[in-house]
Amino acid sequence: MPSLGDIIRRDRSLHPPPLTPQYKTSVLRSPRRALVSLEPGPGENAGPVFRADLLAPLDNDLIRNHARDGEAVGERIIVHGRVLDETGRPVPRTLLEVWQANAGGRYRHHNDSYLAPLDPNFGGAGRCMTDAEGNYFFRTIRPGPYPWRNNGNDWRPAHIHVSLFGEAFLQRLVTQLYFEGDPLIPLCPILGTLPDPAGRERLVARLDMQNSIPFDALAYRFDIVLRGRRQTFFENRPEGL
Amino acid sequence: MPVEYLKETPSQTGGPYVHIGLLPVAAGLATRTQEQPHILEGAGERIRLTGVVMDGSGHPVRDALLELWQADRDGRHNAGGFLGWGRAAADPASGEWVFETIRPGVVPWRDGRPQAPHVSLLIFARGINIHLHTRLYFPEDAAALEADPVLRSIEQAGRRATLVAARTGAADLPTYRLVIQLQGEAETVFLDM
Repeated sequence: MPSLGDIIRRDRSLHPPPLTPQYKTSVLRSPRRALVSLEPGPGENAGPVFRADLLAPLDNDLIRNHARDGEAVGERIIVHGRVLDETGRPVPRTLLEVWQANAGGRYRHHNDSYLAPLDPNFGGAGRCMTDAEGNYFFRTIRPGPYPWRNNGNDWRPAHIHVSLFGEAFLQRLVTQLYFEGDPLIPLCPILGTLPDPAGRERLVARLDMQNSIPFDALAYRFDIVLRGRRQTFFENRPEGL
Repeated sequence: MPVEYLKETPSQTGGPYVHIGLLPVAAGLATRTQEQPHILEGAGERIRLTGVVMDGSGHPVRDALLELWQADRDGRHNAGGFLGWGRAAADPASGEWVFETIRPGVVPWRDGRPQAPHVSLLIFARGINIHLHTRLYFPEDAAALEADPVLRSIEQAGRRATLVAARTGAADLPTYRLVIQLQGEAETVFLDM
């Protein structure tokens, strides 16, 4: 098998630094020593391949995948977009996992004790795979804002957590999707861990009327970029490796 | 002006409820079949990997989520039906995590030198803004550890031991334990690859 090129080095200036004291939990959970930089090895340039039959038919429909006696309550939305790598190539057949609170900002998790009630018809977990061109979509309800014990009165903007694999272990990414126009966005200490305003903008999904379904659901578009892969130039490889 | 490429989407913390999406059983959800991604099926010697992630004040990170990536017993990735990937949640009371897998074989480094057998680990949690990448090595492989190209690239030789697990006395399965220190005196080595 010809060896694939290296995953391109991560530009960590695009990402939050580990220590961001305004997000208090990061203070004790951030390494103080520098990361050890290395070129990737063959194991890091490869990654798990998930088969499409992993998915159940309703896995990408959060309005129905936890339904008990009806559909989830809230603003019905479709979230869709394209997963590309830094070189502009689509990332096909990669697993995308999402989780979120319900319309009132309550998570279905035994550690969440917020007084807003659970929705009996909403679980908050979904997953899908990108198609051959890197496109994905899922259907859900728009999550509500959520208070959290950071500073005295911090509220998370409406957000959906998103996790991606790509085709290499080094492309792994977990991030959060926010919604265009939310006035909580500039107040959020977690989004504020990102040093660059342009980077924060890239986490904001855009209202997409063209893809809305009249009398049914609004649509938001959220494109995602994973690390790219380059050709292996001038690598000192023994013959036949 | 340098050549412009698309910019990678920025990371954000997985948050305290990461299990809802990535390990629903650990969140108390049963929306999916009861998946057990911490158990990797494959041909080879069965082993158990355990440990705990500690914060800078010496307390266990009880909401951590770990992912594992490894070669099969012959040192191959994505071969022979072995997925090579797993996911485990820290115990909500103790912070202990566990994987059951097979002992990995030797994977060559990029220049052809053998690497010591290892598994790669990613750590996600509330308070971790971008996941941390480390490795677990096995204590029996003394000569291979000495020659391992990744360990040798850690300048402070004394820090290399933070990636080597300890064999425990478990009788049923060979069991290895790795304490991952996020911060402080014995801070684990984290990689940027």
